[in-house]
Amino acid sequence: MHIHRLERAWLTFGVGMLLIFLATITTAAVVDGFVPPSHTQTIDPTHVSQTPPFDHPGLHKLADGSYEAYYVAQIFSFTPHDLVIPRGAHVTFYVTSTDVVHGFSIPLTGVNMMVVPGWVSSAAHTFNQPGTFLLVCNEYCGAGHQLMAAQIEVK
Amino acid sequence: MSAQLDLPSMRATYWAENRLVLAHVYTSTAALVIGALFGLLQAFSRANWIVMPAWLDYYRALTAHGVLLALVFTTFFITGLSLFNVYRSIPRERMMTVGWIGYWLMLIGTVMAAATILSGNATVLYTFYAPLKAHPAFYFGATFLVLGTWFVGFEVLEHVWWFRKHHPGEPIPLVVHGTACTWAMWFIATIGIVTEMLILIPWSLGWTPTINVMLTRMLFWYFGHPLVYFWIMGAYLIWYNMIPTTYGGKVFSDPLTRLAFIMLLVLSTPVGLHHEFLEPGIAPGWKWLHMLLTYGVVLPSFMTAFAIFASFEIAMQRRGKKGFIGTIRGLPWTDPTFSAAAFGMILFIFGGFGGIVNASYSMDVLVHNTMWIVGHFHVTVGGPVALTFIGATYRLVPALTGRRLWAPKLALVQTWTWFIGMALMSSAMHTAGLLGAPRRTSDVTYMGMQGAASWHPEMVLTAVGGSLLYMSILMFAAVAIGTRFVNEPATTEFPFAKTDEQGLPTPPVFDRLARWSALALGLAVLAYVGPFRELFSQHAYLVPGMRTW
Repeated sequence: MHIHRLERAWLTFGVGMLLIFLATITTAAVVDGFVPPSHTQTIDPTHVSQTPPFDHPGLHKLADGSYEAYYVAQIFSFTPHDLVIPRGAHVTFYVTSTDVVHGFSIPLTGVNMMVVPGWVSSAAHTFNQPGTFLLVCNEYCGAGHQLMAAQIEVK
Repeated sequence: MSAQLDLPSMRATYWAENRLVLAHVYTSTAALVIGALFGLLQAFSRANWIVMPAWLDYYRALTAHGVLLALVFTTFFITGLSLFNVYRSIPRERMMTVGWIGYWLMLIGTVMAAATILSGNATVLYTFYAPLKAHPAFYFGATFLVLGTWFVGFEVLEHVWWFRKHHPGEPIPLVVHGTACTWAMWFIATIGIVTEMLILIPWSLGWTPTINVMLTRMLFWYFGHPLVYFWIMGAYLIWYNMIPTTYGGKVFSDPLTRLAFIMLLVLSTPVGLHHEFLEPGIAPGWKWLHMLLTYGVVLPSFMTAFAIFASFEIAMQRRGKKGFIGTIRGLPWTDPTFSAAAFGMILFIFGGFGGIVNASYSMDVLVHNTMWIVGHFHVTVGGPVALTFIGATYRLVPALTGRRLWAPKLALVQTWTWFIGMALMSSAMHTAGLLGAPRRTSDVTYMGMQGAASWHPEMVLTAVGGSLLYMSILMFAAVAIGTRFVNEPATTEFPFAKTDEQGLPTPPVFDRLARWSALALGLAVLAYVGPFRELFSQHAYLVPGMRTW
């Protein structure tokens, strides 16, 4: 089939651009571990409050100096509501829901994931700047969805 | 070709066809006018200009807005356009029964779903993510809407079979080829939503106590992304086959047009996981594969962009216009059909750019479920798709009613107002999203908590843009209704553009639609068999339904 010279040039440009994007993103994924949150761990959504470590939501320091933060999402709040994180801490968040699907988003940090009942979601972030971060539910979960927010203070 | 039909019996058939197509087009217009009003109220609510009353709370309005615009407005227009394309291209005696059954089924489904939403029993948004549990009438209504489209799709494909049988060796008319690809894609895509409904309906009736949430989400997005390509293919059908006639142009290339539609048929479905990048329970490898395939479905859009500009330029050169500026200035900007489509094309440049960001795996983290996504789908389905459908309506309604377009100047103002309103609204939404503002939220002030303050100005701009858009919609409704009832009779047609006679013959393989559909289905199975197997290999907890509104 005949393809016009200019069209061939245009499509070469387009495909080339897509290949560059693909290579960049794939390199970042393989080399630097920039992979979307894809934790595969299940949990009984009816017994979250009895299941460790979600029976004690909050910040836990690990032996290597990094932190884990456990959150429970339920209509229309996050537990813990206020979390204090030391500046420079590398925090891995683990979140689950006891009822419907929620979102877990800390704007301007790159922590953003879906929270599905029966599953544990996870993402990590290093908090290098001091300040107060807003944590919001960014998936519609019901009549009080717009109230579902919490705060993270980095000192 | 059918414009020359003059036998009285054929003329009667012609009117019978027109009535069916008109019913689809006007139902789509009604859905737009009503559905967009809910959108306007949401924009005002988010800007803190109004507080939604208890009997029409924000999320109820949001559900109605999403269902009426994303599912009803678009679908009714595409069913009408598809019937128009095959009826006008393939003149023959035909029964209207199947088409009308499809129409009534779609309408009954729409009314059932809309009534359930407005009564407050289905505030589950248009994605109806389980375990939010709506009244069964909502799921039944949505199912009837989809089943109704299958009748229309059957009518389209039956015409292709009929044409093949009676015109052996001839290529399928170009517009019918694209329409058939659209419907083959739709049949493959709707398997997902119908399967999901087979799970949701018994659950909403209380026959099954619990549900596998991740399974329903995967089935929804198996359907949800090809749904947006269904809209885009509708717009492309008009760009390729109808818009060239507004400037005396031709289809740039018959084989490349067919190839673009085949690629859309094959690649639209196996990409749905790019909506689920941030979900647990799906391994990153599958998400990466769906990103790769999503990049693949960008190619037919690149081809379309080239074909459109090439068609512009060739037509303008034949009229002695020179260069880029000459081409642009030579185009019929005072024709509302052309200007609507052209503004849609300009908006789609931004829509395509944003779409590549969304599809880009780890980059999606920055924008997922923020207002950026809302900006993206407004600048796409509310840009190229809705504007092109509106522009086409300005030719379709005169062609179907035999009347001159009423108030063409108003129609032209309408296209400008839409373009400006959408540019303003979607850029504010994109900006708000980059700042982290969540979507699907009635009020983003968060009781004055720190971190939310930067979002409010963008919400105000969104409401200003939304007001312009709603004014534009009212102008559109006035023109569409005025043409039917006020204006004087005239003989107009909305013809299909011809292919350049110097073009090369079409490879017959492009018309082997069954083969391409099989390839499309095969690729969909290949892209999803892994994620589904993975889902079932893990011990998923089943969850009861909930009404949290």
